[in-house]
Amino acid sequence: MDIDGHEQVIEVTGLTRVYGGGFEAVRGIGFSVTRGEIFALLGTNGAGKTSTMELLEGLAAPTRGEIRVLGHDPYRERTAVRSRTGVMLQEGGFPAELTVAETARMWAGCTSGARPAAEVLARVGLGDRHGVRVKQLSGGERRRLDLALALLGDPEVLFLDEPTTGLDAEGRRDTWELVRALRDAGTTVLLTTHYLEEAEGLADRLAILHAGRIAAAGTPAEVTAGRPARMSFQLPEGYHLGDLPPLAALGVRGHEHAGRTVRLRTTDPQRTAAGVLAWAERKGLRLDALDVRSASLEEAFLGIAGHDGGDGPELGQGVAA
Amino acid sequence: MSGAVRTSAGRRLGALGRAEIALLGRNRGAVVTALLVPLALPFTVRGAYARLDLKAHGVDAGTAMLTAAIGFSFLFAVYTALVGAYVARREELVLKRLRTGELSDAEILTGTALPAVGLGLAQALVLSAGCALLLHTGPPRAPWLILPGLLSGLVVSAALAAVTASFTRTTESAQVTALPLLLVSMLGSGITIPAAAMPDRMASVCALLPLSPAIRLVEAGWTGRSSGPETLAALATALAWTVVAVFAVRRWFRWEPRR
Repeated sequence: MDIDGHEQVIEVTGLTRVYGGGFEAVRGIGFSVTRGEIFALLGTNGAGKTSTMELLEGLAAPTRGEIRVLGHDPYRERTAVRSRTGVMLQEGGFPAELTVAETARMWAGCTSGARPAAEVLARVGLGDRHGVRVKQLSGGERRRLDLALALLGDPEVLFLDEPTTGLDAEGRRDTWELVRALRDAGTTVLLTTHYLEEAEGLADRLAILHAGRIAAAGTPAEVTAGRPARMSFQLPEGYHLGDLPPLAALGVRGHEHAGRTVRLRTTDPQRTAAGVLAWAERKGLRLDALDVRSASLEEAFLGIAGHDGGDGPELGQGVAA
Repeated sequence: MSGAVRTSAGRRLGALGRAEIALLGRNRGAVVTALLVPLALPFTVRGAYARLDLKAHGVDAGTAMLTAAIGFSFLFAVYTALVGAYVARREELVLKRLRTGELSDAEILTGTALPAVGLGLAQALVLSAGCALLLHTGPPRAPWLILPGLLSGLVVSAALAAVTASFTRTTESAQVTALPLLLVSMLGSGITIPAAAMPDRMASVCALLPLSPAIRLVEAGWTGRSSGPETLAALATALAWTVVAVFAVRRWFRWEPRR
């Protein structure tokens, strides 16, 4: 319990994971998750999300540092923890030749206080897929089967490693609804994602991992606070960035110019927008694709991770999706 | 629903074993190998047995063939089938996923082994009954030795399958990594060459091979030729191999694919 009487369901201090080859995937991170909270670990591929999750799930022992899940070491005190947690790995892990119903029945036999398989399958929208072999499921359906099995024993703590990867937009929204409903019923949820929108919309608190360290942490509002807002538009033919009024005077902190598209970063979006629009009005110009948005997680994320070239495509995909 | 039934080890093993039976039934290649090889192979060694003059060593051809058949059953229905199953489950990430649940590591390996071990046991019993009726071996003279023989054979085969799977990356390479034990057992453990037909010194070295105790106990169960110390030595050898295998699995077994 902390001072306010909130129960810390997950407590991590000084966590480090070094793989056999010497690669240091997790470099001394610490955070805690309160009961009934959704906590997101956000980061690009290779940031250390899954490495961290595996330690919390008790699949491996940390190289250094301490983990408490429900007051126990999840690796050394496996039996004390496992009946109270539900886990969804990043990638399936179900025999391809079993049917959905057989898989659920098998898992139910191994789970304390398992709910009826049919009920849980219906809850994730697989109610009409009982007789289908796992190998015939789509990627999204496999994710939902995995989620169903993680929920089977009504866990107090749910670990979801990229729960919506491979889902279509509707499936993703359904999963978000389900996770929120679970949180509202008191379940503590720790999830990883590289979808910024998912972390922003779903998480009560989050941590941005970068190269094995926590680069920023807090509520989405706290993490985005102090980050610049963004304005973008297309300049008409024949006009250049230099034709705009002095940008610094409009609160602009940075700009990019690609083709006709101009992107501005600003700490004062109102002044920037007013200045640019007044200029366009004076010149009688029409600015296409006009967009002004306040600071988002994306800005925070790009500020932390975006400068590393290798991470670019993954991030782009995440932002666009 | 909270506070509802906690699972027990028995319930978990049952659930996992049941799923593995369904999977075994859907793997036609594995079923054919497991069922037909132990039945067919003994006939290939029949000619060799005829030339060995087994009678002089106190073993009749029927008993030798039965022993060979049970040995092949350990090797093909249990050992090679399980190496493939462990590797396949690991590569499908099934073992990793199971470890996130309430099953202990020992339960995961045991549950996965249940159908193959059950098949091996059923096969050995059917072969024994069939041989007793068809090959005129008559009833076993010391049936109390057959049960520990069968049990130790099944346990050692399953445990060594887990050890072999630790060093096997793919189901394809399992066909190669399983070979050494197959060959050594067939030649040295009294399966294709009855121990009675070996020179004494060679026989006493071969008695230390992993499946030798099981084969010798089963054979002794039929012939009734085994002294108390011999029986104890066989049981001790089987136990030692099991302990070594358990140690090796705890030390080296891989629960997820190499990345």
